Amino acid sequence: MTNAIETRDLSISYGETLIINELDLNIPKGEITVFIGANGCGKSTLLRSIARLLKPKSGSVLLDGKAISKLSTKEIAKKMAILPQSPSAPEGLTVLQLVKQGRYPHQSWLRQWSEEDEKKVNEALKATRLEELKDRPVDSLSGGQRQRAWIAMTLAQDTEIILLDEPTTYLDMTHQIEILDLLFELNEKQNRTVVMVLHDLNLACRYAHNIVAIKDQNVYAQGKPEHVISCSLVKNVFDMDCEVTMDPLFGTPLCIPYGKGRRILKEAVAANG
Amino acid sequence: MSKYKNFRLLGGKFSVLVDRKASFIFIILVLIAFVVFTISTGSGEMKINPLTVVKVLFGAGPEMETLVITSFRLPRIIVALIVGMSLAVAGGILQGMIRNPLASPDVLGITGGAAAAVVGFLAIFSDKNHSLTVSIAWLPLAAFIGAGVVAFLVYFLAWKNGVSPIRLVLIGIGISTLMQALTTFLMVSGPIYQASQANIWITGTVYGSNWQNVAILVPWAVIFLIIALIAARILNIQELGDDVATGLGEKVQKHRFILLMISTALIGGSVAFAGGIGFVGLMAPHMARRLVGSSFGALLPTSAMLGGILVMLADLIGRTMFSPLEVPAGVFTAGIGAPYFIYLLFKTRNA
Repeated sequence: MTNAIETRDLSISYGETLIINELDLNIPKGEITVFIGANGCGKSTLLRSIARLLKPKSGSVLLDGKAISKLSTKEIAKKMAILPQSPSAPEGLTVLQLVKQGRYPHQSWLRQWSEEDEKKVNEALKATRLEELKDRPVDSLSGGQRQRAWIAMTLAQDTEIILLDEPTTYLDMTHQIEILDLLFELNEKQNRTVVMVLHDLNLACRYAHNIVAIKDQNVYAQGKPEHVISCSLVKNVFDMDCEVTMDPLFGTPLCIPYGKGRRILKEAVAANG
Repeated sequence: MSKYKNFRLLGGKFSVLVDRKASFIFIILVLIAFVVFTISTGSGEMKINPLTVVKVLFGAGPEMETLVITSFRLPRIIVALIVGMSLAVAGGILQGMIRNPLASPDVLGITGGAAAAVVGFLAIFSDKNHSLTVSIAWLPLAAFIGAGVVAFLVYFLAWKNGVSPIRLVLIGIGISTLMQALTTFLMVSGPIYQASQANIWITGTVYGSNWQNVAILVPWAVIFLIIALIAARILNIQELGDDVATGLGEKVQKHRFILLMISTALIGGSVAFAGGIGFVGLMAPHMARRLVGSSFGALLPTSAMLGGILVMLADLIGRTMFSPLEVPAGVFTAGIGAPYFIYLLFKTRNA
């Protein structure tokens, strides 16, 4: 199996604070990889650094085996798209105008709307089911539709790799599933490599082929969710006690945290018994 | 009918997507601009009917009218039109670059720098009897240099691993205030008539424009207006924010510098010949956004026409309403602009 992205000795810091320390990470091609970890562990920072939005302190990120620092930003943009956390569209910009921007790395001063551009934009609108809404201003859409519009823009970019920083934040449960289903389909049907940061551990287990748990400036564990997610991992990575059981619908790991709350289990048993 | 029309020429070497509604609005605005231009040319001490004006413009008018129009009125109206277009486009660029609808040439201190330079010019090149030691024809150059120096100063002070829009605005406001203080100081310490001369310039007026001004301003402005239109594409990307723009392969910092230089060139050119005509750079792009939306390919030409119309109207009112008194055009742009600005603030408060 080949890797879409690799990091070699990658160290990232914010000012004096070291966030990621000498990390060697392989992200497999054609799979969905999800970064998990506690708040402030550096998972978003790592994603941003892979996407060249943040310059590393040292080390390198390799895209198809080539260091991104050696590639032009336009070349990178043809291979890898990034959707940052909660982006904002200018007032009045329509869905079509936004999605069209995804074609930027493929265009030039003269060639601003080729047949290829038109085709890819239409495909992106179709995949995200936004054809009907394409002339509506982005700021007039609901949270889920808006996120779909941004994803459509990254799809129009027509890259093998798509990076997303918490694409489901601020969305209700229905729309979280909708967005993740869309990404899952893109991976299944078009074989695109998806790398994202997610907060919901259970959804991460359901959709990811490959989980990367980050702790103490490095990778704590990496692999298939069913192999790596355990009580001890959750305890160590998130500092939380839990039981790990099986998702009754999907068979993927399901993490149930301990803590306080209304414990009605005994009463329910008593009532039924 | 689709909202857009594809243009693909030379076997796909050239292609662009055109917004039908925006093109229609643009054409209407060009016509309005032409009408305002004609009416303005015909108004003044000597009234000339629009038909005669058109005749004169095509070189077939009566002698007397031709003399009045070509030697007195045309230069100032052309300057008004071009200055309005330049300020509007510069404002549109700054608003897109800084991602804030309240950005304008005044906020970044560029106009303030030109004002300080003008007052400084009047103060430095005066002899003991307070008469100028060099030709007044150098004044535009001083204004232009003032605008340019401040733009560079703001840019380099805002630099910190690249320039972020918010730093640019904050440093700009700081420098702008500093320039105002400097201007006031120079005005207060000089003789009173010099202060009054400077004040008219600061308010902004196209009074006294001549063909020599037109010959310098028009080519300069046209070149940078065209460059601005070419840069519309990078503005569209920059307006999505640094992260998204970088992800799309945009050279954010390099292009941000170029955009700032284009707007400085446009602002510098107009303050040099018309002084600090305010609020056009704020209002025109705003109105354009209402009319044609956020895509800069449509927004910039539309704001250019609106800006040109605004300044021509302000000048027309300024020189006819209180005739024989001349009221600087800047008074009227501020008169419309200030309430508009308050309205904008009021609207964003509710948003």
